[in-house]
This record gives sequence, structure tokens and C-alpha cells, in this order.
Amino acid sequence: MNAKLSPRLVLGAFLALLAAAPLFLSPFSVTLLNYIGLYAMVSLGLVLLTGVGGLTSFGQAAFVGLGAYTTATLTTMTSLPGWLAWIGASPWLTLLAGLLLTAVVALLLGSLTLRLSGHFLPLGTMAWGISLYFLFGTSESLGGHSGLTGIPPISLFGIVLDTGEKIFYLIWAFLLAAVLTTQNLLDSREGRAIRALKGGIVMAEAMGVNTSRSRMVIFLIAALHACASGWLYAHMQRFVNPTPFGLNIGIEYLFMAVIGGAGHVWGALVGAGVITLLKQWLQDILPKLLGQAGNFEVIVFGLMMILVLQRARGGLWPLLRRLVPVRVDNKHIEESAEALPRRTPPKAGELILEARKVTRKFGGLVANNNMSLEVKAGEILALIGPNGAGKSTMFNQLSGVDTPTSGEVLFMGQPVAGKDSRDIARMGMSRTFQHVKLLPTMSVLENVAIGAHLRGDKGVLSSAWRLDRAEEARLLKEAARQIERVGLGEFMHAEAGSLALGQQRILEIARALCADPCLLLLDEPAAGLRHKEKQALGDLLRKLRGEGLATLIVEHDMDFVMNLVDRVVVMEFGQKIAEGLPDEIQKDPAVLEAYLGGVE
Amino acid sequence: MEFPIALMLVQDGITNGAIYALLALALVLVFAVTRVIFIPQGEFVAYGALTLAMLQAGVVPTTLWLLVGLGVAVTVVDGVPALRAGRPGRLLGVAGWNLAYPLGLAALLSVVPLQSLPQLAQVALALAIVVPMGPQMYRLVYQPIASAPILILLIVSVAAHLTMVGMGLLFFGAEGQRTPAFSEAVLDLGPLMVPGQTLVIVAVSLTLIVALFQFFERTLYGKALRATAMNRVGARLMGISPSLAGKLTFFLAAFIGALSGVLIAPITTVYYDTGFLIALKGFVAAIIGGLGSYPLAALGALLVGQLESFSSFWASAYKEVIVFTLIIPVLLWRSLNSRHVEEEE
Repeated sequence: MNAKLSPRLVLGAFLALLAAAPLFLSPFSVTLLNYIGLYAMVSLGLVLLTGVGGLTSFGQAAFVGLGAYTTATLTTMTSLPGWLAWIGASPWLTLLAGLLLTAVVALLLGSLTLRLSGHFLPLGTMAWGISLYFLFGTSESLGGHSGLTGIPPISLFGIVLDTGEKIFYLIWAFLLAAVLTTQNLLDSREGRAIRALKGGIVMAEAMGVNTSRSRMVIFLIAALHACASGWLYAHMQRFVNPTPFGLNIGIEYLFMAVIGGAGHVWGALVGAGVITLLKQWLQDILPKLLGQAGNFEVIVFGLMMILVLQRARGGLWPLLRRLVPVRVDNKHIEESAEALPRRTPPKAGELILEARKVTRKFGGLVANNNMSLEVKAGEILALIGPNGAGKSTMFNQLSGVDTPTSGEVLFMGQPVAGKDSRDIARMGMSRTFQHVKLLPTMSVLENVAIGAHLRGDKGVLSSAWRLDRAEEARLLKEAARQIERVGLGEFMHAEAGSLALGQQRILEIARALCADPCLLLLDEPAAGLRHKEKQALGDLLRKLRGEGLATLIVEHDMDFVMNLVDRVVVMEFGQKIAEGLPDEIQKDPAVLEAYLGGVE
Repeated sequence: MEFPIALMLVQDGITNGAIYALLALALVLVFAVTRVIFIPQGEFVAYGALTLAMLQAGVVPTTLWLLVGLGVAVTVVDGVPALRAGRPGRLLGVAGWNLAYPLGLAALLSVVPLQSLPQLAQVALALAIVVPMGPQMYRLVYQPIASAPILILLIVSVAAHLTMVGMGLLFFGAEGQRTPAFSEAVLDLGPLMVPGQTLVIVAVSLTLIVALFQFFERTLYGKALRATAMNRVGARLMGISPSLAGKLTFFLAAFIGALSGVLIAPITTVYYDTGFLIALKGFVAAIIGGLGSYPLAALGALLVGQLESFSSFWASAYKEVIVFTLIIPVLLWRSLNSRHVEEEE
């Protein structure tokens, strides 16, 4: 048995301590804990956005401000127009109003910046954060720099949460709900799509993931968390002014996420705790040390941040984890889960993929010239040729990554040109990459499950609240089945990055199969494989052919190709120089000349 | 609005726009060569202005001690490996630039009568103190993570910005400073009175832009930087050291920043944290140019200058809000015009 602690036990102990905290801590400490909870909620959003999704925002404090000012305005203003006044009757209604407003703003900002390169979002949020801060400060109706007072406390089931000890439970309930739903979300179909954002966009799109939508989803979630934190803050403080919503605080939130451990949900809590306590302490000690008053803690925070990013980019959470030996359980694969529905397979011999006179020019260079080929169900076609023959360009035309200058590519009778990778994936074309594209820190199982993305439809909300478990079990079972099938069973739970290159190529095939394709495009699948592995791969591809799958292979390894495929197309200088059965090709003078050079 | 007022606003806008243009060019340059989004640019503006103010007050600027401190740090970081590798010559070189230079400067500052020096000499000294911090900063902050994703570099930039703002408060206090104008002359152009300082700013900016252009077109180092900006790996294979390119870029950026600070100090009160807002307007301009185009960035800077100047007339309380929300339509326009699938690092 494992001597390590079970995660449930550790979580339970933490919750028990937390629940008892107000009983034995001083009111001051409880207030500190309240702040930690509020800050952790905001930095949790940033963990999702920055650590997981590879995007970032410096404007989270402005979203907090949006939540706080919405409720402050609605609950304290006496001169609201009639159609708005009823919302101010209860803080719970103003929470909804705040979330709605935040969602609109986040959607607007997101739609402006998320299509651009990654650094435009932070710059956009920076500018928006500053604008909103100045707006809060200068607008008379929002109380200017002195702010708004007289915000009522929240009441819940008749209890008025008007002291730090009372609101403590509400704040931490919000935070824990946010942490758990985020954790659930990340461990789901949508979560895998989100985790693919950092380093796997091209791959994820080819598996049918709408990555722009995933980016928007996490930006929205982060903004909503910030807004809820602002709402709680306003009703805890009972007054608001612009100071806590400035850009500096927005940056501090990001520091919390990064220092705590930007890739881990609990890192948000650690970061918020460390920064809050450290700030408290530094604000006490630094002015005495330096002999003047001022925000000198930012010097320490800034330096700390630079060091963390230079030396330990994972933050504190991974270090902390090593101290507490919590067991990591492998993902459970439900054997009894119902198999996923499959698409109706095409009949053997049916035409699947057809290239008609495809020409692709790059300026004066003709990379593909008048190339035609066909792949039918139940056959394996190899596309071979010396280096620089234009195979990769042809592969890009076939897979819809690139558009031919003239000619067309038909997949299942429909033109591929103009469709994006997602649509093509949905039509049943699945591919591997010449340069392996997988998510190295995710397990083999999860990597392969990305392939099944289009075979599930449970969304973000059902994932967050675990309403997706039946579907998730089916997806994981399918992924596990494909992994067993390609012979990677023993590595099911290993990190994908720990596999040898040849095994990573096989993993890509399992991932492609997970999509239940009718056409498999393999880009140099045998490169880096050992002899036995090649044999196993060959056996697998033969078996798939037997099931009616159409396969197109671009490959260099002649032995592998000649013993496996049904037909061969040979390219040189962008043109087809031969097509036929492997035996014929091996004797073809044009091919011999292309590969071995002419006989003088 | 009356015509003379409009003319005055345009003139104000051009003055500020010229500064934003300089900063925007530096930001585009730094981003192109090192992929760093150089948020601390603004601190160099403030440091330059406030260091000059201290010199003019006859005090040895506190920023000198930062220069010494950074010098010691660089000497340790670069010197120890040099010593281990048995290259004492390299250690001498490192120590020469990073220890001897700041200490020599300190000695010089303690003997010369700072207050009575000619203004240009004071400016030169201020630049001599602040500008070397640029390459030092590159060495200490960015070089160890030069190949990190843009996002990480950006977060580090923000951290460096905060650190420098905090230190600015420590060095200069919360009081703002304004330095005397470089020229008291006033050019009378009928309805418009152009103060000499405006002419100085516009002239210096134009000169600097032309000089930069010449530097990039005509000199080997300039071409090396352009090569690095176009293709980092290729430039490296051609023997252009990435760390040299980084330091050179940061030297230029720090120089432009500090010089901008010196230029604006007579027309606006500079506080320890003023630089950020100024540089951020340079950013808005640089973003108008997509962080890639120098001419567009310069045009953007003029636009930002005009917008700021006119909005301070019509809605002065909302000046900053208006300028920074300008970024939204700009992003929208960029977003509609860009079509790319990103594969980030």
C-alpha cells in the first residue's frame, strides 16, 4: 500500500481547520484571511488564464472594481431610474447585475484582443484597467476619489453578515466553490481543450477544438471570478473607493498567481496568502528600515517576481507539494462505460480523398505541379519522393492547411479548400504531424482523449459541476482502447513528454484514431521507430485497412512502405513521376533515377 | 473653439506627440530585437528627469547608487564565471564597465560644482548616470530568460517596472520636480507664440529619429540589430551575439527614455511615477503600429498627442480615459485586419 496521504484526507483537514479558524483566531487574523480569500479568488482566475491558458491580464483589478462599484452604486443610490431601482433591493440581485456587466465587458475586450497575438490582451487589459480606474476616480456620480459609503451587508437565510467572522464563511465558500469547479473543469473534455491552448493550438484545432472559444471561455471565467470577489469586497468593507482597483493591484493579482504557482488551482491560494502576509509585514517593517513612508513593498515583490520567473517558473505550489506527501491517483478508466457511437464507415473501395490537378506556387517556385491522386476506403496509399520533392506541401493541400493555387482537393466528395481544420476534422479526416505535437506534461491518456473532442458535447458548465461524468467516462474509455490498440498500454498514465520519440509518434496515431476517422493522414509515422515498433505499426495499419479505413502515408522508409501499402505515388520536383503497385514502382526507371541518380 | 486656441492645442499635441514618438520607436525596437515589451521604459523617463533635477539642485543624485549597485551585481554575475573559466581579462573588462565607471562617475560628481555647471553638462551627467542602467538591466533581468515566451518576458517587465517605481519613490521622494527650460526664447508667429522649449523638443526628437535611421541603415551595429529583429537564429548563426544585441538595444531604449525625461521635465512636473503614464501613451502609439512598424508608431504618437491635447481642453478630467480607450478601436482595427493562427512558444 501507499504510505502517502489521500487527497481527500488532506482537503478534509484543511477544510476543518478553515471552518474552525474564526473560533480561535483574532478578529484581525480573520480579516486577513478574508482578504486572502478574496484575493485568491481573483488570482484563481489568473491561474486559469495565465498558468493554464498562456494568456494574461493586468486588468483583473478593474473587473473586481466593476463588481464592487456595480453593487455599491445599485445598493446605495437613491436616484436610480425606476427600471434599475428594484435590483438594488438585494445584494444578491446586484451580484447578478455585476456578473452580467462584467461578462459583457469581458466579451467585448476579449473579442477585440483574443484574435491578435498573445501580448495584445495584456496590453489591452492594462489600458482598460487604467481607464476604468480614472473613470471611478473622476466620475462625480461614483463618488470620485472619496468613493461610495453606506453599502448594506449581505444577508443569507436571515443572517446579516455584518462582521468579519460572519462574512468569512461566505467568502471562503465562494472561493472553495471556485477552486473546485475550476479543478473539475480542467479535468474534462473542455479542460483538455483549455490546457491545449498553451503550446498546442495547431494540434488542438486539427482535433476539432475551437481554440478561440476556449480562450474566450477562460478570459470570461477569470473576469467573473474577479467580479464576484469585488462584490464580496464591497459588502465586507461597506464602502468602495478607486484605490484597490488600480493597475498596481491588478499587477499584484498576477504576482499572486505566478508566485503561488500559475499552473495549479491551489497555487492561487498559496500565492494570495504569501503576498498578503508578506505585504502586511513589509508595510510594517520597510518604512522603519528606510526611514520614510511609501509603498516600498513593491520593490521586494518585483524582485521576488523576477527571481521566481528566472529560477522557478512553477512557483511555490510544486515546492510545497513535495513537503506534503499527497498521493496522486491515476485516472480511473470505467470498463463498463458505454462505447462511443461511431460514424457509418464508407464501403470498401469508395473514393475518400481525391486531388485533382493540384498546383501550388510560392511566387515563382512551383512546389506542386498538376498533382492528382486518389485514396479509397480500405487501402493504404504512400506518397514518397526525395527531399524537397514537395510532399509536405502536398500534405498541406490535402489536409486543408494550405490552399492550392489551382486544382482542387475533394474529401468525401466535398472541397477541402476554404474549410478550417476543425470542419475538416469533423468530416472525418484525422492526421498526425511530422514534428510531433503533443502536450508533454499531460498524461498519454489525456493527450489521446483530445482526439475524441468532437465525439463529446458536454460544455463548460456541466464540466465545472461534474454533470459530464458519464460522457467523460466514455471518452476516456475510448482513449484507453486506442492506446491499448497501438500498444502503448503500459504508458497510459505516464507523462507524454517522457515517452521516446517513436512512442510519441504512435501516441499521435492513437489520438488520430480516437476521432473515429474515415481517412488517416500520417506524416512520416515510422521516423525514429525501432524495428519491432515498425513491425507493430505495420500490423496496426493493416488491421485498420481491414476495417475499411483509408490511409495516406508520407514516408521515407522504403522497407516499411513497400511491405505495407497497396499503391505508391512518387513525386519529384513537385510532380508525380510514377504511380502504381509497390513492385512496379521498385522497377520504374524514372523512380530509380530520382532516387539513385541516372546511369551515365 | 477659437482658432488661436486650436492652434495652441495642436502645438501642445505636437510637443507631447514628439516625445511619445521617441518612446514608441524605442518600444518597437526593443520588442523587435528582444521580444521584450519594455514596460519599464517610463521609469527611465522619470529617472532621467529627476536625476537632472537633483543635479541642478546641487545634490549628488541618489540614482548613482543604483548604478553602483547594479554594477556590482553585473560584475558578480559575469565576473565569477569569467574567473572560473580562467579568463581574468574578461573579468577586468566587466569590472571596468560596471565598477570602475560608476565609481569614477561618483568621484567626478563629488568634486565638480554641480549646481553651477552649464545646463548641457548637467544633462550629459544625468544621461551618464541613467543610461548605463539599460544594458545592466538587460543583463540582470532579461538575459537569463532571453528565450522565454513573450508572456513571461512581459510579466518580468511589469515586475521590473514596479521595482523601479518603488525605488524611484525611495530615491526621489513623493515630491514632483520641474526643471528650467532649455530656452526661454519665444518664437512669435502671428497668432501663435511658440516657446523655445517646444522647438527644442521637436528639434531633438527629429534629430534623434534621423540619427537612429542613419544608425540602422549605415552602421554595422545597426544592421546587426535589424538582422536580429528579422531572424534571431539566423543572426546568431552569422555571429551576432544575442546578448550584445540585447544590451545595445536596451542602451538605446534607456538613452531615448532618459533623454525624453530630460526634455519634458521643463514642461510638466515629473513625479517618481509619472514616467509610466507617459510611456504607456508611447505604447498606445506603438500598438497603433502593431508593435512592428516604425513609421506607423510615429504617426500614432502624433495622433495620441493631438487626442490628449484636445481632450484635455474639452474634458480634462477624462483625458487619460479617452487616451487609453483609444486603444480599443485601434485593437478592433488591428483585429479585423489580421488573419493568423498563432502557434506560440
